[in-house]
Order: sequence, then C-alpha cells, then structure tokens
Amino acid sequence: MDILDYTAVELSDKIKKKEVSVKETVMAVFDRIDKMESELNCYVELDRCRALESAQKVQEKIDNGEITGELAGVPVAIKDNICTKGIPTTCSSKILKNFVPTFSAQAVINLENAGAVIIGKTNMDEFAMGSTTETSCYGATKNPWNTEHVPGGSSGGSAAAVAAKECYYALGSDTGGSIRQPAGYCGVVGMKPTYSTVSRYGLIAYGSSLDQIGPLCKDVTDCATILEVISTHDPKDSTSVKREDTDFTSALIDDVKGMKIGIPKDYFGEGTDKEVKEAVLRAAEVLKEKGAVVEEFDLSLVEYAIPAYYTIAAAEASSNLERFDGIKYGYRTEEYEGLHNMYKKTRSEGFGAEVKRRIMLGSFVLSSGYYDAYYLKALKVKALIKKAFDDAFSKYDVILGPVAPTPAPKLGESLVDPIKMYQGDIDTISVNLAGLPGISLPCGFSSNGLPIGLQLIGDCFKEKNIIRAAYAYEQARGKFVKEDR
Amino acid sequence: MTSYETVIGLEVHVELATKTKIFCGCSTAFGAEPNAHTCPVCTGMPGSLPVLNKQVVEYAMAVGLATNCDITRYSKFDRKNYFYPDNPQNYQISQLYLPICRNGYVEIEDKDGNLKKIRIHEIHMEEDAGKLIHDEWDDCSYVDYNRSGVPLIEIVSEPDMRSAEEVISYLEKLRLIIQYLGASDCKLNEGSMRADVNLSVRKAGTDKFGTRTEMKNLNSFKAIARAIENERERQIELIEDGKQVVQETRRWDDNKEYSYPMRSKEDAMDYRYFPEPDLVPIVISDEWIEKIKKNQPEFRDEKKKRYISEFEIPEYDAGIITQTKHLADIFEETVSIGANPKKVSNYLMGETMRLLKSKEMEPEEIKFSPENLAKLIKLTDDNLINSSVAKEVFEKVFTDDIDPVEYVEKNGLKQDNDEGGLTEIIKEVIENNPQSVNDYKNGKDKAIGFLVGQTMKATKGKANPGIINKILKELLG
Amino acid sequence: MANVISDETIEYVGILAKLELNDEEKEKAKLDMASMLDYIDKLNELDTTDVEPMSHVFPVNNVFREDIVTNDDDRENILKNAPEEKNGMFNVPKTFD
Repeated sequence: MDILDYTAVELSDKIKKKEVSVKETVMAVFDRIDKMESELNCYVELDRCRALESAQKVQEKIDNGEITGELAGVPVAIKDNICTKGIPTTCSSKILKNFVPTFSAQAVINLENAGAVIIGKTNMDEFAMGSTTETSCYGATKNPWNTEHVPGGSSGGSAAAVAAKECYYALGSDTGGSIRQPAGYCGVVGMKPTYSTVSRYGLIAYGSSLDQIGPLCKDVTDCATILEVISTHDPKDSTSVKREDTDFTSALIDDVKGMKIGIPKDYFGEGTDKEVKEAVLRAAEVLKEKGAVVEEFDLSLVEYAIPAYYTIAAAEASSNLERFDGIKYGYRTEEYEGLHNMYKKTRSEGFGAEVKRRIMLGSFVLSSGYYDAYYLKALKVKALIKKAFDDAFSKYDVILGPVAPTPAPKLGESLVDPIKMYQGDIDTISVNLAGLPGISLPCGFSSNGLPIGLQLIGDCFKEKNIIRAAYAYEQARGKFVKEDR
Repeated sequence: MTSYETVIGLEVHVELATKTKIFCGCSTAFGAEPNAHTCPVCTGMPGSLPVLNKQVVEYAMAVGLATNCDITRYSKFDRKNYFYPDNPQNYQISQLYLPICRNGYVEIEDKDGNLKKIRIHEIHMEEDAGKLIHDEWDDCSYVDYNRSGVPLIEIVSEPDMRSAEEVISYLEKLRLIIQYLGASDCKLNEGSMRADVNLSVRKAGTDKFGTRTEMKNLNSFKAIARAIENERERQIELIEDGKQVVQETRRWDDNKEYSYPMRSKEDAMDYRYFPEPDLVPIVISDEWIEKIKKNQPEFRDEKKKRYISEFEIPEYDAGIITQTKHLADIFEETVSIGANPKKVSNYLMGETMRLLKSKEMEPEEIKFSPENLAKLIKLTDDNLINSSVAKEVFEKVFTDDIDPVEYVEKNGLKQDNDEGGLTEIIKEVIENNPQSVNDYKNGKDKAIGFLVGQTMKATKGKANPGIINKILKELLG
Repeated sequence: MANVISDETIEYVGILAKLELNDEEKEKAKLDMASMLDYIDKLNELDTTDVEPMSHVFPVNNVFREDIVTNDDDRENILKNAPEEKNGMFNVPKTFD
C-alpha cells in the first residue's frame, strides 16, 4: 500500500512502529504536491525546509517517548485564515499580503503539541466568503475528482488537498458550511463542532458568532481523533466552553440500534438534485438496516436561514474586517492623499469583489435607521431557528440530510449570480446559526462521477451522536473509492 | 435683552486604576516606550480575541454604587464602529444597549448653598484609544498603542447643570468619590479624567431644550469654565442673529480660547453599534453587589465626622484634609505612626498648603511619606530642632522626601540647648545692640524679638528660642 | 425589485465601509444590494413580535481574567508587519485630532 493511502491514525501507528519515518512521510507528501499542485492549486504557501526541520524534531520527540498520540508525526495542512506563527497567513486576500502572524492559533498549537507537521497553508475563498474557493486572490482550487469543477468552499483548498492526498488531514473553518460543503464536494470527511468547542483564538474572524475551526480528513476515525486533540478550553477565547466530554474517539462504535434519526423533508426541496436525494436516502436506509429508527419530519424555517445568515454574517464581517486599513499590517496602497483616501484606496484595492459586496451589505444593515429592521430581525429569526432545532432534538438524536443540494458545480458557474450561490448553502447554514455540530461524509457519486456528501447534525455538545452514526454508516459503506479514478 | 438659561450635561471619561488593560494582560503603567505595552489584542492583530478584566467590572460597580446607580444585572458589550488610526480595530468595544450602571445621582451645592441632585443617566465600560503623535516636519503622524485598551468608564449625566460652577462642583464630587474608591487618580491634566460638555441654551422660562453641541478637549477646570462661557455666548449670538445652532462636536482650543467643529465629511458619525460577539454577557448577582458594597471605603463625609470626633481637630481642618483622598491618607498614616493629630493637621493645613500654592501643585501630587513627616514632628516634640529649622526641614521633606533625622544630623541643625554657652553669646549680642536694649528697657517689648533674632543668627539658627528668651530676660533684668 | 438603492446610499455606505467604488462598481453594488435586501425582506414573513433577539447561542456568562500583567514588551513582533514604521511606532498619513 502506498504510504499516501494511509489515514492519519494508520500513518501515526506505522511511524510509532518505525515502519516509516516522519521525514519519509513528509517527503512523500511533497512529491505528491509537486505532481498535483500545478493542476489543483490547493496550497497558497508551502515551506519544504521548515516542514522537514519540523519532521526531524517531531521524530526525535516520538523516539524519546515525548509524543505518543494518535497524530504523532502526521503531516497536516492549515487553512489560510488560521494563524501559524512564522508562516504567512493571508486569508487568500491581497490585503493581508505578506502578513506573518507572531502567534499560532490555539488549534494549531494543540496539533503541534500532538506531533503534527505543518506542510503549508491551503487556499480558500477570500476571508472565507464564498462557496467555491474561486474568490481567492491566488486563483481557484480545482476539484481533484474533476478539475473542471470547484472543490467547494470556503475551505476548498483543505478539502481538495486531503482528497488529492497532498496531506493526511487539514484544518478548515466553517461559518456557514465552509468545512462540510467542500468535504462533500471532494469526497472527504469534514466536521464543524459545536460553537465554542474549538478555540477561535488565532482564527481570523469572518462571522465571530458563527465561526468554528474543524477537521477535514479521510475517515470518521481520523475526524474524531483530530477533534479530540483540537478541542480544549482556551481562556484566551471568551466564548470557549469548558467541556468534560471531548473524548470523541470513545464514540467510534459500530452500533446505532435504537438511535432516533430524523430526516427533514425541508432539506429535499425543489433545488435538490435527484441523485443527491437518492444517495442520501440510501445512506439513511443503511442506518435503518443497522437498527436506527429513521423517520421524516418538518423542521420548518429552513428557507429563512439563508437571509438571516447573510444579514448576521455580513454585519459581523463588516466590523471584523475594519481592522484591515493599511496601518498595522498587510497591504497599503502606493499613493494617497491623506488618511481617509489611504483607507479607501487600500481597502478598495486590497479586497476582492465578494468581500466588498458583503462589507457593503453588512455596513448597510447596521447603519442608523436600518439596524432594527435588518440586523435585529435576523437575530430574532435566529432565535426561532434555534427553537426549531431544539424541538427537533427533543425527538431525534441525529438529523440526517444532504450537505449540499447538488454535487460540485463547474468552475465559473457560481459567481455569476451571488444569490443563487448563497442558496446553495441551504443545507449547512442553519447549523451555524444554531451553533450545532455537523459532520459531512461521502455517501455516493453522481452520474458524472462527483462525490455526494451526507450530512449528520447533532444537538449542541452532542458530537458523539453524529460521530457514532457516521462511523456506523462508514463501516457499512466501506472505503470510499471510485474504481475508474 | 432676553435672558438665557444654559443647560449642561456631561460625559466624563475616567481611566481606571487597574494594573492591566481591559481586554488583555498588558500593563497600564504610564510613560513606557512607544508600543512597549502592547500585544496582539490591543493592537488589533488578526485572530486575537478580547477577555474582560474582572477588576474593571468591580470598579465600575463600585463607582455606580457610590453614585446611587442601579446595577444592571445582565450587561453586555457592543461594538462602536469608526475608522481612526488610534483605534487599532477601527471599532471600540463599549456598551450601548445594556450599560453596567443606570439611573444614579450625586448631590452638589448650588450657588445658594442648597443641595442639588445631578442625575446620572448611565455609567458604561469601554476601552481607551492609542495616542497619535504628530510630526511637525514630516507629512505623517505616528501611532503608539500603549494607551489602547486601557479601561475607561464613561459617566453620562442628565442635562441637570446650569452653570460652569455647577459643572465644576459636579466634577469635583465625582473625582472625590472615585479617588476615595481608588478606582482612578482622576487627573484632568494627564487625561485620566476627561470631561466632554454637552451644552444648549434656551430662553429663560421655557421648557424645551435647545439644540446642543458637544465640546471636547477640556483639560482643566479653568478650560471647562472658559469653554462653557464661550459656547454659551456663541449659541446665544447665533439665536439672536436668527441663526440655527448646529448639533455637532466641537474642539476647544484653550490657548486661543475658541472652539471649532471637529467633523469632516468622511466621518458619518454612524457608529453601527451591535452586540460584541467575542465577549459574553456579565451577570451580576445580589451576592456580588453585596461584596462590592461591603468593600466600599469610608467616603469624605464620614471621614470628616470621624476626624472631628476621634482626633478632635477643628471642623474646618477636617474639611480641608479630607478634600482629597491622598491628603486624608497622609494624615491618617502619619497619625497612625504616632504623631499628634493636631500637629499633623497643622503641617497639612499650613506649610503643605502654602507650598502647594507657591509651586502650583495639586494635593494629589504630594509625594512625601508619612514616615518622614512623623519623624519631623518627633524632632520638634523632642525639642531637638526649633520651629524655624523645622520649617526649613519640612520644605526638604516636601520637595525631596528626605529623612529629617539624617538631614538634621548631617547639616548640624540640632537645637542648641546648652545654656552656659548660649549665655556668653547673648552677652555679646547685648553688648553689640545697645539701642535695642534701651528700647526694651523703655517698655518696647517687641525689641526683645530683635535680640532673639540676632542670637539665632549668631548660633546659625540652632539655638532654642525659648531658652534664648529666658536668658535674655534674666540678663536684662 | 422592491428595494431601490440610491446613489446617495451607496456613497454613504462607501464612507462607512471605507470603500471607494468606480461608477461601474457603484451601479453593480446598487443592484447587488437591492436584490440582497429583497431577499432579506423574506424575513418579514415571520412574526417575531415577542421573540428575544439571540446574539449568543449558549448562556455562557461572566468570563473574566484576573488583573495580572502577563505580557512583556513585544514591540518588535507587534511592529514586524507594519507597512511603515518609525521610532517604534506605526506610521500613518498626517491626521489632526
């Protein structure tokens, strides 16, 4: 078996057994990158020397027993909006050109303590605003299954890198589906934990009340293992919750007998592709056969999640992105007359079209006279959506549905009509509004050979339910491979 | 001519005396090298997040309780968005919707000596901005973020004041309360207390408020008084000319004694407040409030009463000594070391006040230690120095906080109590000053003062004037 | 389209957001914003009369730090990314208070 085919946990086991060294692994990954990158463009920053140095140090710590965990020695890719000390972190935006953080995100520190070797930074939609990884200032990432298609977004670089075996796993961030949807499009596993589970310290904010860091990886076992490592209470993040139940790997149990699974009819509306619907319902059938109690229900309010989400996220983003002003870091325009002209030119030249669109919208919905009508209204609708989920979780352990209404669209198709692109987030967005955990895993292929993603949603702090259901499904499904790949 | 009434409300910013900033562990100490007290949080680095300093909440609660406010049981922070280089995130974390304290008041004396309530609309917590330094020669400015994130409370009054005198009484009252709490040193000249004046005028007898302006950059009580007078006249003139007062923020230039509007067309003054998603709500329990109440210090009025009864010092003296917390602290500490309260009070009332006045200093700037004042008093109690030496030594204590015992020793200022030696000197003085001797003998009692003075001079001030007097009288019969 | 965004509004939002759009971008922004607002107006179909706005999903309260200095002088790092810097300070175009 090619060493690139191992999962993260399998690879770490081999490393600890000295069947393979960390350095060999890193070199294999870079060889793969050399082969694939010109076509895929998953990475925006790569530093081979640094990775090899880090491999050396990690190897020593493994050898002397200092690092023993399940991720020891495994190469990882980090999304470009998650700060890595000494490694450029730009949110794939011109405005953060050359920005080198002086500290690492807590999630990155946790991974490094567990013996991860950082390979590089992955491409993304600029400031995580987009669903296709086409709004990046570095150009689009391509879907490894079919390079005419997008990998999804905004963590498209992370998802594609895992799918193309250019790393063993990656960190992404999910504000409205940005981990789960690209995971679905690229046929990998992706998870957004309950809001507050992974520290946001070092994640460059898009929508602060919605953002969460999470893993993109090869299987559910890796997913639970990575999540266990990155979920720690962080006193630097006021919204970080102290949880006792982060032993997520304990939920890797192939047993769903009696588990109550609800399928919202609302997730199969007119925009949903027939093949997607069939693949997802087949997956539900698999769980039913394994003893889960599966039924359809009306979740309600699903269509309101998108406008509520775009109002809240744009408002928060308009404020979060104010700090990019050409003074402290990043890009500053060449010529300007006075302060305000410098601000305007820097920001107009530094931000791309989609980011500007959302900043404008966000500034407008918060402006004097409109706050109540738009922002406050959206927060009220958010409360209603949360309540709808509370009601659902009083009946079900897990909610099952598609992760996106269609498989990955073709490059260039989505940006033409922003609202249509936003509507593609219908299956993922309400999960962020309600702070819930959600996992995406592949459940089939479309007739044109693109992966289809299954989404399992749990109640707040109930990651274990969805990990268990996902693991059980994965055991029944077997390895996700396409024969003609 | 129509008579006008001035209507004034104040927004007072007070820098809290915490050791660290409101949202990060950077020091708030004054006077560091530019940007030496900064970190990713207070310079708005991407990915950084704020965490609230508990002491800020407790100081805000303490000030609220001391100014009769209701404490908001469920309080939140909001973001105030505006672009300016001293504000690294281009939003300020403040409180708009649910400020920590509301509906309070303090009492001041109006011009007739009657108590008047000045109502406090709210007190909220927020972060201070950095400092902009302007280069005269260069076409640019520089930003130092040391002050960025220093905790502030903003105390917003109702428009209850009618004159500059009332404004100053109100500010003095607030300052006293906050200083007594130890929540801030409240120095207007250093900016740890800053007052913005909202002022409007209306024809006497009308109820409706006129259009108000907000005046900023007032760095002393004198500037406040001048700015109020100036703005009042400016507004009346506009109205008399049939023009409109424009609601705007103005900046006071105290050197030129005039104000000008601050805003450019690029400042929309639309702050787009919304709840700060990076911070969680503050929930304040009864127990917490009780704890803060229990720790409130003795305020001025109680202290004054206690000084009168416990130390038997005159009401007038007690009033002056308790005028600032710092003075009261010095008094109490000096007394606690064992000095006689009346003597301590005399030093504070007399020499201290004289020196403050001549050096144009505020009582807060006193830096001598109670130990050295106590030592000085002991030297006089023990008759080891005379009063003129004591005066000289006190000046040294006041300016350099010297140790009086060492100083007296080193400079040979000990009082000469040796009668034998002194008699010889006095005899000489009598011999050399026959005129004064004659005057004295002819009933001019004052002439003896001159002879005492001459003797002191001859002993270089070290002689005990009591003993000189005694010997002189003996010798002159 | 129910919402119409005026030139003044786009100009005003540009001042708030510190973005400068050329004429073509302005026209596009007017249409984009109008269609987004039409879409957002869908929220008005929901009666939210007695609903409390929800900013935080979880009832987490009172997260504090103690008043203890934890940060050393880190000027070098703080200024490392500055586009322009002088004498340990960030350089900005001339501003007046």
